[in-house]
Amino acid sequence: MIPDTFDYSAPVTLTEAIELLSSGAKALAGGQSLIPLMKLRLASPQHLVDLSRIPELSGIREENGVLHIGAMTTHYEIESSMLLRSACPLLPQTAGRIGDVQIRNMGTIGGSIAHADPASDYPAALLALDATVRIAGAGGFRTVSYEDLLVDSFLVALEPGEVIVDIMAPVDPPNTGTCYVKAPQAASGFAIVGVAVRAVKSDGVVSSARVGVTGLAAKPFRARSVEQALGGTRGTDADITRAAALVGDGVDANSDLHASADYRKHLAEVYLRRALRAALI
Amino acid sequence: MKKTITLFINGQRYSHEVEPRLLLVHYLREVVGLTGAHIGCETSTCGACTVLLDGKAVKACTVLAVQADGRFVTTIEGIAANGSLDAVQEAFWNEHALQCGFCTPGMILTAKQLLAREPNPTEEQIRHGLEGNLCRCTGYQHIVNAVQAAASRSGD
Ligand SMILES: Cc1cc2nc3c(=O)[nH]c(=O)nc-3n(C[C@H](O)[C@H](O)[C@H](O)COP(=O)(O)OP(=O)(O)OC[C@H]3O[C@@H](n4cnc5c(N)ncnc54)[C@H](O)[C@@H]3O)c2cc1C
Ligand code: FES
Ligand code: FES
Repeated sequence: MIPDTFDYSAPVTLTEAIELLSSGAKALAGGQSLIPLMKLRLASPQHLVDLSRIPELSGIREENGVLHIGAMTTHYEIESSMLLRSACPLLPQTAGRIGDVQIRNMGTIGGSIAHADPASDYPAALLALDATVRIAGAGGFRTVSYEDLLVDSFLVALEPGEVIVDIMAPVDPPNTGTCYVKAPQAASGFAIVGVAVRAVKSDGVVSSARVGVTGLAAKPFRARSVEQALGGTRGTDADITRAAALVGDGVDANSDLHASADYRKHLAEVYLRRALRAALI
Repeated sequence: MKKTITLFINGQRYSHEVEPRLLLVHYLREVVGLTGAHIGCETSTCGACTVLLDGKAVKACTVLAVQADGRFVTTIEGIAANGSLDAVQEAFWNEHALQCGFCTPGMILTAKQLLAREPNPTEEQIRHGLEGNLCRCTGYQHIVNAVQAAASRSGD
């Protein structure tokens, strides 16, 4: 289980990294998805560009009510961040459920987004948070909504030479309830189905609800029919049951050795009820 | 093309020319000669290869040696100061937390990060914290007991 040979660079500036990536090299973040693929020779990049020495890609900060999370921030750093635990607890809750601690110590949020495993955990939370992603390339920076970045299983809308720089999410307003729950695969911990909820109430009425679903379909998605069914209600148990029943409608669900399509839809409904109860009641 | 890397392993400085594809676990075992990090599954699952990188547990079969350039590595060989067992090692011994011992170096190093973050972990926190380390012998209960014993000892 030894990767094929490759060249290795560890640039200290973003400009240098983009130059190397534009000439065909592949980015290396924590390596927790890429190195296993290289050991199995499912991937054999000729040149790896380690992003870990580039200062702009690390750190978590708040600016004018917006949280900025560097792409190279590890799952463990997100899980442990005091700032995030108070300003946006959905992200630490999600990060803490990824794989095991060794994976969380190395794996990064940027790497997870770029890899776009349909069973990964962050997509549900990032959709529920309506997060945006800042990307750098040879032509400068661009910012896109996380939802627009998603294309398909293992595919995001990144051009060759582009690097994810940071992820932006708003600080939770008062009266926000959030929750991430998942049915994990027994061996790896990946999400057979994972559901994230972010709901805001004003005067006892749900003024905004967003629901992100991962694992259920090839591409993680926002369950907009559920969101609409909840908006304007008081978020009672009956409202939750009615809304959660809509999560699988019209969805082309994944089916594999872990769960059939029908069972996945069943899990999504059950887990969504749990997440909604935790967020709303 | 080979790269020169410098690592600080168990308090000692090592510098070698390595191929970028060399995995940290092979570097430690075959180049440096520290065989305490074991190779179990080779597929990032079992945790037998766990070492601490800058104090954090990582699976050394899923880290390139070049990624560890300039950083601090602790292996099981490095935690017994002056030949006297570390608190977690001692607790594993006392609580019969090992049979064949293959998983033990990884278990102990992961437990050390857990205890550094959470000096008084609950049983649930211990089980969650050790999720990335598999043991084919003990059934885990004695391992959990050992981590609890190590926690209460270092709290004395
Ligand atoms: C045993 C095991 C269990 C796991 N369990 C889970 C789980 O339960 N849930 C879960 O969500 N994940 C899980 N993972 C995956 C883990 O979260 C990875 O860390 C993550 O998918 C990839 O992040 P990385 O930093 O390791 O990226 P890498 O492996 O270094 O890179 C992954 C891909 O992203 C690209 N890339 C990396 N960074 C950038 C960037 N900034 N800009 C552009 N492209 C970039 C790379 O070129 C590569 O194609 C598991 C992995 C293992 C080995
Ligand atoms: S040998 Fe590294 S996790 Fe099993
Ligand atoms: S003691 Fe044998 S594998 Fe754990």
